[in-house]
Amino acid sequence: MLTTEALVKELVEKNGRSRNSLMPILQGIVQKEHYLSEEALLSVAKELDLSAADVYGTASFYTFLDTVPRGKNIIRVCKTITCHMKGKDEVINALSNALKIKVGETTHDKKFTLLTANCLGWCHKGPVMLVNDEVYPDLTPQKALEIIEEYGKEAK
Amino acid sequence: MSKYLVNLKINNMPVSVEEGTTILEAARKLNFRIPTLCNHPDLTVAGNCRVCVVEVKGSRLLAAACATPVSEGMEVFTNSEKVRVSRKHIVELLLSEHNADCTKCFKNGRCELQDLASEYRIGDHVFLDLVKPESKILDISSPSIVKDDSKCIRCQRCVRTCTELQGVSALGVVNKGDHQRISTFFNKPLHEVVCTNCGQCINRCPTGALTERNYIEEVWNAIYNPSKFVVVQTAPATRIALGEDLGIAVGERVTGKMVAALKKLGFSKVLDTDFTADLTIMEEGTELLTRLKKALVDKDESVVLPMMTSCSPGWIKFQEHMYPELLDNLSTCKSPQQMFGAVAKTYYADKINIKAQDMVVVSIMPCVAKKFECERPEMRDSGYQDVDYVLTTRELAMMIKQAGIDFDKLEDEHYDSILGESTGAAVIFGATGGVMEAALRTAYEIVTGREVPFTNLNIKPVRGMEGIKEASVKIKGVKPEWDFLEGVELNVAIAHGLANARALMEKVRTGEASYHFIEIMGCPGGCLGGGGQPIPTSPEIRKKRAEAIYAEDSEMIIRKSHENPEVAEIYQQFLGEPLGHKSHDLLHTHYKPRKRY
Ligand code: SF4
Ligand code: SF4
Ligand code: SF4
Ligand code: FES
Ligand code: FES
Repeated sequence: MLTTEALVKELVEKNGRSRNSLMPILQGIVQKEHYLSEEALLSVAKELDLSAADVYGTASFYTFLDTVPRGKNIIRVCKTITCHMKGKDEVINALSNALKIKVGETTHDKKFTLLTANCLGWCHKGPVMLVNDEVYPDLTPQKALEIIEEYGKEAK
Repeated sequence: MSKYLVNLKINNMPVSVEEGTTILEAARKLNFRIPTLCNHPDLTVAGNCRVCVVEVKGSRLLAAACATPVSEGMEVFTNSEKVRVSRKHIVELLLSEHNADCTKCFKNGRCELQDLASEYRIGDHVFLDLVKPESKILDISSPSIVKDDSKCIRCQRCVRTCTELQGVSALGVVNKGDHQRISTFFNKPLHEVVCTNCGQCINRCPTGALTERNYIEEVWNAIYNPSKFVVVQTAPATRIALGEDLGIAVGERVTGKMVAALKKLGFSKVLDTDFTADLTIMEEGTELLTRLKKALVDKDESVVLPMMTSCSPGWIKFQEHMYPELLDNLSTCKSPQQMFGAVAKTYYADKINIKAQDMVVVSIMPCVAKKFECERPEMRDSGYQDVDYVLTTRELAMMIKQAGIDFDKLEDEHYDSILGESTGAAVIFGATGGVMEAALRTAYEIVTGREVPFTNLNIKPVRGMEGIKEASVKIKGVKPEWDFLEGVELNVAIAHGLANARALMEKVRTGEASYHFIEIMGCPGGCLGGGGQPIPTSPEIRKKRAEAIYAEDSEMIIRKSHENPEVAEIYQQFLGEPLGHKSHDLLHTHYKPRKRY
């Protein structure tokens, strides 16, 4: 695996050094490292000649740019009203029990992080969850468990 | 190019203003005051606080007066029922998220939010109290600055100050919505990050969210302690601004009254940082000439040019974080405040027969970075912490009020001697370009034996509020020992405000410009616009303060540092010569690289 510094350099080469490149670079880091570490944000600030506080502020604005360590697979269950009425609480409880973590936490083996998200635009097929970039509609607690079981296998 | 005039009516009164003027500015022309919070004359428009809302005829929504340009035929109402109700609600909403314990707040009585609450007689809790426990974050890690998030209204004046004026961006906006905060990189404490302690954000924060760390009680305790001998020094820029906090007009000089007040407060001796400003010129001027000789004649590659001034501790910390590769360019001279501390606890203590450990040195400074500076580990060359406490001009005003002194009625008094004598060259340290001018007045004369070739010693090209100034002085008719400088065009540059300093450093780093000597002051306008000066500040206020500084200079009997008799005396009796052994031990220092985040 690339060191964080090398990863940032690579992303900067690819996306350029303008302020506009900040978002794609941050997204690129999250894709590889699952979150934005201090070290990562500092090298971005240095490469783009931006202030570190500024880069941190940008990252903190976006829910999908995490600044705390996350597991390999990030589960985000929609918590907005439609999914709420269609039973997102049951889904969350099932996941929480199976993974033995609360919302916001990461499993010991660092395989999963359980989060909630605002409306994902799939209200007609709620409840919905996102695992990494993949959308899973029409959930039941049972279906949700089966899905993460698959991810658990892959993540060995 | 002349601009088009736009005609509009405000509260039914016609007015014509230039195209591009905001409603706020147009209303001011008619003497209608519209309240503001996020707006500041030194900063770009943010338009986020909404207290400046006004009604524009034909528009359903209220407009932010600070962010809306006028247009032809516009009809504006600044105090309609709709405006009043909304404005009051906006203040109420701000307060519902605000930890409004005014009686215990350092800003009590000088707070823009409190003023608005008082103006609108905000009483009942119309909205729920929403102060979140997590917003109660108090950062007291810096010796200069206190940051209290529970007092923050997120107007972002501080963020704009730190970025636009100072080019530092230590503070940013983090998170969003009701979680939004003003914070540093990864919420680190201020003393760990690039913050230079310049205090410019304090000068522009409308509330008590950013204030100076105050040492008023510590200083009172020292004064009341019978076993302590408490000497006080006053920086050049304090004497032209202190009055502003004590009911005296901007730009009025209060040197004699300030000395009288300090004596009444109970300081054992009232002395002047201006004395060590003159001493700085002797050391720094000699250092410059020595560097020039080593670089131009001896071709000594270890000597770097341009030499840069080192009086401004905000600038020093900036350079340590941002341009560590240029630290060798900084003059090794300590700032006048620290030179004062070092000679007070050695030379002066001996002379007046006081033990250094019984002496407390207090500084009155226009600056909050000086609070940090005096705690630097390098600043203990007397064997003790050379300067014990630093108070801002504002804190001194508070002490004067606490003591019940009627400042306006005080008779002028004189500084005590010794360490109280100074020159016009020293007082101009308080304005951007002043150190340069003072250094040139002395260095030119050392080299040629004649006064600088400018009418009345006034070196006009280095004065004024332009962000970066450049000048050259041709050196002619030198004394034999300085023959290598004959005909040399001495190129100098001056910057004030760290954003300008940064622009100048880029020129130096890339080799785009070649100077011999650079003066940098961390604050806009120089120390007269320092982070410890009376609030508010604006370009007009700083201009008036600068005029006061130059007026003070022109009225001084002695106007060149090398002619200060007490300076001659200290070299004769104690220091030996500029850059000599003793000077090296007491008056010079070194710098260290710091991380950039
Ligand atoms: S910041 Fe202003 S309104 Fe808030 S507690 Fe302090 S004085 Fe009162
Ligand atoms: S700290 Fe002060 S200047 Fe900065 S956003 Fe808060 S209230 Fe405004
Ligand atoms: S003190 Fe100066 S450098 Fe520090 S946060 Fe405030 S404006 Fe920025
Ligand atoms: S409410 Fe869940 S996707 Fe819209
Ligand atoms: S002063 Fe106009 S929006 Fe804040």
